[in-house]
Amino acid sequence: MRTPRAAAPPALRRKRRRELATTAGFLSPWLIGFAVFFAYPLIATVYFSFTHYDGFNAPTPVGLKNYVYVLTEYPFFWQAVRNTVWLVVAMVALRTVFGIGIGMLITKIKSGAGFFRTAFYLPYLAPPVAATIGFAFLLNPGTGPVDHILGRLGLPQPGWFTDPSWSKPSLVLLSLWGIGDLMVIFMAALLDVPAEQYEAASLDGANWWHRWRYVTYPNISPIIMFAVVTGVIQTLQYYTQAIIAGQVASGIAGNAGQQFEPGYPNGSTWTVPQLVYNIGFQRFDYGSACVVSLLLFVVAMGCTALLMRRRSGLMAED
Amino acid sequence: MSNTVTAGDRPGRTSRSGRGGVPSASGIALRQARRRKKLEWIAVHSVGLAIAVAFLLPFVFLFLTSVMSDSQALTSTLWPQHWVWSNYTAVFRVHGFGTWWRNTIEYAVLGTVLTVVSSVPVAYALAKFRFPGRRLAMMLVISMMMLPPQVIIIPMYLFWAKQLHLDGTLWPLIIPMAFGDAFSIFLLRQFLLTIPKEYLDAARVDGCGEVRTLLRVVLPMARPAISAVALFQFFYCWNDYFGPQIYSSDNPAAWTLSYGLQSFHGAHQTNWNLTMAATLLVMAPVIVVFFFAQKAFIEGVTLTGVKG
Repeated sequence: MRTPRAAAPPALRRKRRRELATTAGFLSPWLIGFAVFFAYPLIATVYFSFTHYDGFNAPTPVGLKNYVYVLTEYPFFWQAVRNTVWLVVAMVALRTVFGIGIGMLITKIKSGAGFFRTAFYLPYLAPPVAATIGFAFLLNPGTGPVDHILGRLGLPQPGWFTDPSWSKPSLVLLSLWGIGDLMVIFMAALLDVPAEQYEAASLDGANWWHRWRYVTYPNISPIIMFAVVTGVIQTLQYYTQAIIAGQVASGIAGNAGQQFEPGYPNGSTWTVPQLVYNIGFQRFDYGSACVVSLLLFVVAMGCTALLMRRRSGLMAED
Repeated sequence: MSNTVTAGDRPGRTSRSGRGGVPSASGIALRQARRRKKLEWIAVHSVGLAIAVAFLLPFVFLFLTSVMSDSQALTSTLWPQHWVWSNYTAVFRVHGFGTWWRNTIEYAVLGTVLTVVSSVPVAYALAKFRFPGRRLAMMLVISMMMLPPQVIIIPMYLFWAKQLHLDGTLWPLIIPMAFGDAFSIFLLRQFLLTIPKEYLDAARVDGCGEVRTLLRVVLPMARPAISAVALFQFFYCWNDYFGPQIYSSDNPAAWTLSYGLQSFHGAHQTNWNLTMAATLLVMAPVIVVFFFAQKAFIEGVTLTGVKG
């Protein structure tokens, strides 16, 4: 550790070195984790994306062939991209608006606040596989209670998860049921808005829109930004619910050995993460799967950079 | 009115009617304000109640279906004709169900313990030590936190399956948790930032090394954050579907509940009653844990990113 600061007295230098060693010691689990479970696989993903690799024969370099294959030949790529963009826009927008609404509602509820909080929060906790199977059953045409009630009320009974034009809206509905995380975040943010500002606005004769526009919104906008960006990143990873909904609706289990028609119905629930699984683990074309992985990586890291640049408090020092 | 602002108060309204006390002139305004408040109370609570019912009804329907007979579960009736409680014991007799429970508990408990033990020191160093590259390290932690698992799954799978031959087990999911979990590190660090430096300095003056300071001073103060991290990680493991699908789908003896439930449905297509019983059983532990640790959980969610 020869630095230009070698002029410092030896005792101080020793102390500094000891401090650095302590720091390294505390950080060591993560330093290893970073190298083995982040840096290495990322580099390997880039490498594999330029090779043909089926897991049995050694990888052979193929240049850009995998990229060409994924972008122009692989039949599901653009459909999955379109579906994912659709889901990102719809889910993030509706979840944010609904989350703020529920957050505002809960801050105004005075009687039985505990009950309401729990009721709104509980569905968020339901394990995704269980929640999706449950939802698919509730909406299932013919046997589902929700479908049944809609029929009794004389309302339209869409095919939900079995209808290509309803499957994604059904997934959005499922995501709104699990609004609990955003509710808590917005609730905390709304309670942090200084009460004097509302008082001042009220004295100025502000109506509800003015109160929202000039008091609430400016105060919680960093949180909205946080919710939107993390929402985008989460929805880019949307996987479990889409795959389970498709399987349950198609009536195919999709276990090892069984071939499950992906994206059921009619490719409408394909999402980008499912492509990695389909190409890599069902077609054993690891090289091409890595192309999709890299695409996902670039988009997710772009969003993350946005999150770190804004004043989101993520990088706060104290 | 009072000087404490509770969750529901709209200070704008209350201050106008509460202050002053000039009886006649503001009397009407006061009454009007009271009426408006009452109407608002009714509106807020009825909207709340409607949404709460809509949110809870799915659970009720799932439950009612889970105690129907095989044939009734295939109809669209809502209320069970006979309450078939034995569906719940029938589920446990399904081959593999017990194994999935054992595997899931093993995965969740080991994963949680390893995550907490490995993440706390890292978070402490990131929050309280000054060292070159500290900001960079924090940025990398956030990047790891935001990384979709599918990005690195191909090399990770090849590493565990082809190099270490650990596919068909849950170890490829458990072992990495001994090396810090980015989300847990992040959340713990956000909390540890709020511990005043004076406490740490006092411990150091008393001759505590960094390890002793961490164990004696920091850990007791960080208990809410540690419980939140433990809960999150437990739930993450319990809910994980992608991980078990990648590593253990070929070996039913290593399936977890989340993965097994999906195959359970596939194998019992026409038994919605059994599937719903199994579904509720998979949900139950998470919900029970939540009721016992509600406070820590909500505090944790708030901590995740919103200290602006």
